Amino acid sequence: MRVEGRGLIDRNTPVKFQFDGRQVTGYAGDTVASALLAKGVKLMGRSFKYHRPRGVMTAGSEEPNALMEIGTGDAAIPNTRATVQEIFDGLVAQSQNHIGPLDRDLMAINDLLWPFLGAGFYYKTFMWPRAFWEKLYEPVIRRAAGLGRMTRAASPERHEKAFAFCDVLVIGGGPAGMMAALTAAKGGADVILAEESAHLGGRLLSDSQQIDGIDASFWITDMRKALAATGRVRVMTRTTVTGAYDGGSYGALERVARHLPSMPDLPPECFWRIRAKQAILAAGAHERHIAFPMNDRPGIMLAGAVRSYLNRYGVAAGRNVTVFATNDDAHRTALELQSAGVKVAAVIDSRVDAQAQGDYRLIAGAQVIGTKGRHGLREIAYRRGSRTDTLITDCLAVSGGWNPAVHLTCHLGARPLWDAERQMFLPRPDAVPGMTAAGACNGAMSTDACLREGLAAAKVALKALGLATPRGLKPPMADDRAGACETLWHVPGKGRAWLDFANDVTTKDVAQSAQEGFRSVEHMKRYTTQGMAPDQGKSSNIAALAYLADTTGRGIAETGTTTYRPPFSPVSLGAMGAFAQGHGFAPERHMTSHAALTARGVPMIEAGLWYRPSYVPIPGETTWREACDREVGMVRNAVGVVEVSTLGKIDIQGPDAGAFLDFVYTNTFSTLPVGRVRYGLMLREDGHVMDDGTTARLGEHHYVMTTTTAAAGQVMAHLELVAQGLRPDFDVRLISVTEAWAQFSVAGPLARDLINTVLDQPIDDAGFPFMACGTVKVQGVPGRLFRISFSGEQAYEIAVPARFGAALYRDLVARAETMGGGAYGMEALNVLRIEKGFITHAEIHGRTTAYDIGMGRMLSPKKDFIGKAAAQRPGLIDPGRERLVGLQPVAAAGVLSAGARLFSAGDPQTRVHDQGYVTSVGYSPSLGHMIGLGFLRHGPERIGQKVVMVDHLRGLRVPVKVVDPVFFDPEGGRARG
Amino acid sequence: MQIPCPLCGLRDSREFTCKGHAVTLDRPAADAPPEEWHDYIHLRDNPAGPTRELWYHGGGCGAWLIVTRDTATHAVHGATLASEARHAG
Repeated sequence: MRVEGRGLIDRNTPVKFQFDGRQVTGYAGDTVASALLAKGVKLMGRSFKYHRPRGVMTAGSEEPNALMEIGTGDAAIPNTRATVQEIFDGLVAQSQNHIGPLDRDLMAINDLLWPFLGAGFYYKTFMWPRAFWEKLYEPVIRRAAGLGRMTRAASPERHEKAFAFCDVLVIGGGPAGMMAALTAAKGGADVILAEESAHLGGRLLSDSQQIDGIDASFWITDMRKALAATGRVRVMTRTTVTGAYDGGSYGALERVARHLPSMPDLPPECFWRIRAKQAILAAGAHERHIAFPMNDRPGIMLAGAVRSYLNRYGVAAGRNVTVFATNDDAHRTALELQSAGVKVAAVIDSRVDAQAQGDYRLIAGAQVIGTKGRHGLREIAYRRGSRTDTLITDCLAVSGGWNPAVHLTCHLGARPLWDAERQMFLPRPDAVPGMTAAGACNGAMSTDACLREGLAAAKVALKALGLATPRGLKPPMADDRAGACETLWHVPGKGRAWLDFANDVTTKDVAQSAQEGFRSVEHMKRYTTQGMAPDQGKSSNIAALAYLADTTGRGIAETGTTTYRPPFSPVSLGAMGAFAQGHGFAPERHMTSHAALTARGVPMIEAGLWYRPSYVPIPGETTWREACDREVGMVRNAVGVVEVSTLGKIDIQGPDAGAFLDFVYTNTFSTLPVGRVRYGLMLREDGHVMDDGTTARLGEHHYVMTTTTAAAGQVMAHLELVAQGLRPDFDVRLISVTEAWAQFSVAGPLARDLINTVLDQPIDDAGFPFMACGTVKVQGVPGRLFRISFSGEQAYEIAVPARFGAALYRDLVARAETMGGGAYGMEALNVLRIEKGFITHAEIHGRTTAYDIGMGRMLSPKKDFIGKAAAQRPGLIDPGRERLVGLQPVAAAGVLSAGARLFSAGDPQTRVHDQGYVTSVGYSPSLGHMIGLGFLRHGPERIGQKVVMVDHLRGLRVPVKVVDPVFFDPEGGRARG
Repeated sequence: MQIPCPLCGLRDSREFTCKGHAVTLDRPAADAPPEEWHDYIHLRDNPAGPTRELWYHGGGCGAWLIVTRDTATHAVHGATLASEARHAG
């Protein structure tokens, strides 16, 4: 029911939205909850387990009942709090968790079965037969219980992520927060003021108050102007600070466009990481419900929420309202309603000495003991002394006092402190370094105290920042009455008394938990699921632990709280992971040939962040094998071109460059002549192989190292550690030049002929022998040429500055195609190197040693190097280790598979008899059968023997022959030709 | 967590990678006994409290740093360049 003259809504702007298929008209500024309440809609959802009819309980993000699905189709968001969701034209809201219409939910049968559905019932009831759990019981229970449904499709929404930095982050825009923000800004600090709702003001928007002699709403307007006038305050409304993290970082969710009709240019939400030197928590407090019998009917709300609906939204929550309170503060509800012309049936106050603050019926020393009205409250019963009586009422405004919102102070592990005098949990000072609590979240329960604490907290922050407190800033005059309050957690009586409304946890469940031995508050939480719903127990944690304390005969301080963890309120995964999907999931590194390859429709495969061509099909080829076999033959018989820029390239310069390389490689590079390339092996300090590659000496003090694609980053970090930390005595400098050079492998008997077509000065075999290197001019462009081979053929790697790479690649491929060659890809490259027994990270996978891969002789005895000491340990040079061998099927048609295990012929094929494994396989068109590399115990000693390859996964049992790892051209004549 | 890189200033920890305790800088002599090498390569303390760690500023200047921080509070007390470290402690 709307009340004239109240609320921040714009009555000139009607807004039409849908709720459960019906059109509802509200006003701009309404939430879904306020617009529905204005229309007299009290039933807004069904409860989790018992499918009880539920109405709205709060006016904020702590709402446990009015959870709705907002939107349609794949973009629908379940479990949205109707108290937070602002309405806009065309908004579609659906109530949740019912079969059939909301008011005739077929699952309401659960409510009659409640005696059997207590905490943990499914662990006790659905035990037998065991197989039924997964197939029958669990799906049925899940269907019956629960809140919103998740759409199975990917959400089409695109959120944002952003970063912000400030001197002072003020969390909460109520009186304490605004006062803190203004003081900090006037002191010279850059401030972010984050407010969860759409407007600054906090409780001042919900209660009629005067500040400095003017209506609080005018004071808020003045404050907003004053904040803007400082030029230092960034006010972020609709922004919930969701977590406090180490080092002054905070997470915050801004609902950028959740209150607007679909706006393609705006993200629905933005997840902020805010880095603040100081923070002021002014998060306010959450009102306590009271666990009296049948306290969950639509129409039973928190007293502060009733005032919020009246003063923020101009809505009377009922026509005939009763207040049930334990404190003076809640009496304002009666006064406010009366002044708005709403009938107040009575104020029931549990305190015997309660005084009426106005002209309404006060029933002091009484407690509500029962309620009636299935879809909306009709009647309550109360007890006063030994007498019971009933009252006709359609709205019960409940207040058991307030719980300070200490959540963020606990995110780094601190527990709040129980203040026995004030009967509330308060933040532990210094719980979060650099954060000061102020206002209601710190236990300040009057507006005056909130303003003073806000100012004081800003002074603390300014002092920590080394800034002076601004002169002449005084807290304004405001109401300093906090009001008396007594504690009443629970009213005994007939019927269930809910603690956690969202998860349907009653006092009976908590008592049962304690009775069955789950007496710790953390155990009680897991046993009953109290506090595990979308509201994370904001409306129930303290009441539940207080009830547990009573039940177990312990104090509240001794019982303690459960652990408060981020996020303070739900954050959609889409916002937290904004951009991290599809092409945005990881950066993509493209080679200079990328465009040319993709234009040909070449399938690309990922290599770390790089994309490399898998194979390069020509018209008529239908399988990768056809293309791969042709490409291998092309390299063996003519010439192939492939980009190898993904390999790490590290430029190493300085007088001690050679000595440095001698220290990081097992073999010697200081003796390498200028203009020559050498293969190098690099170990980790624990004696296992880290990486391999070639290093060229371009000058007396100038080397260029290549690493594998996979280990480029690791090797760079390793070399830097050696240069900076282990051997700072070396005069050497390193830089990664991986992206600076486009490098192409040109391999095959016609490689030199092809290279000479693009070089300004042709080369010959004698002037540029195998393992030579030097600078060249490539069609006028200064480049580098390396005569190295990863295929066993005559081969060169030609490098030009990256900006010429795309042109050179197209040119080389076009020329190669006129010579019977062309582009090849990774599949062919892999077959070519397996034919030659060359290793990759499939072999040097981190657990193999130089000895294992047959390179034990590359460990120089003449010098110290990384990994030398460990590589000499007996266990790493044991002949019985799994050592590199070649493998081929005994039958030509036999199939090998990478990852398969090797067993001695005749042995049982079980783990204890394992003899080794296969690392790389491929079909060799040169040899006409499959070939592989693998590791076998005593490997090199067993060449010529037959073993059995077993792949349990693919059901393969293949007799294979152990051979030398070099299958093709073992003398190496082709590379030198 | 933020790390005060002596070259780049206070930077977010995501720009860095950690390599464990800074004892890695105290590499034994080549002819040290196997026990000493074993200790150097494999054995590390797991302190609850102050510790000195090697961090690599790979997302920044490429410097290796010795970061002193507290594993219990996550507080970072300072950072120095590994290249300027005295190989002790």
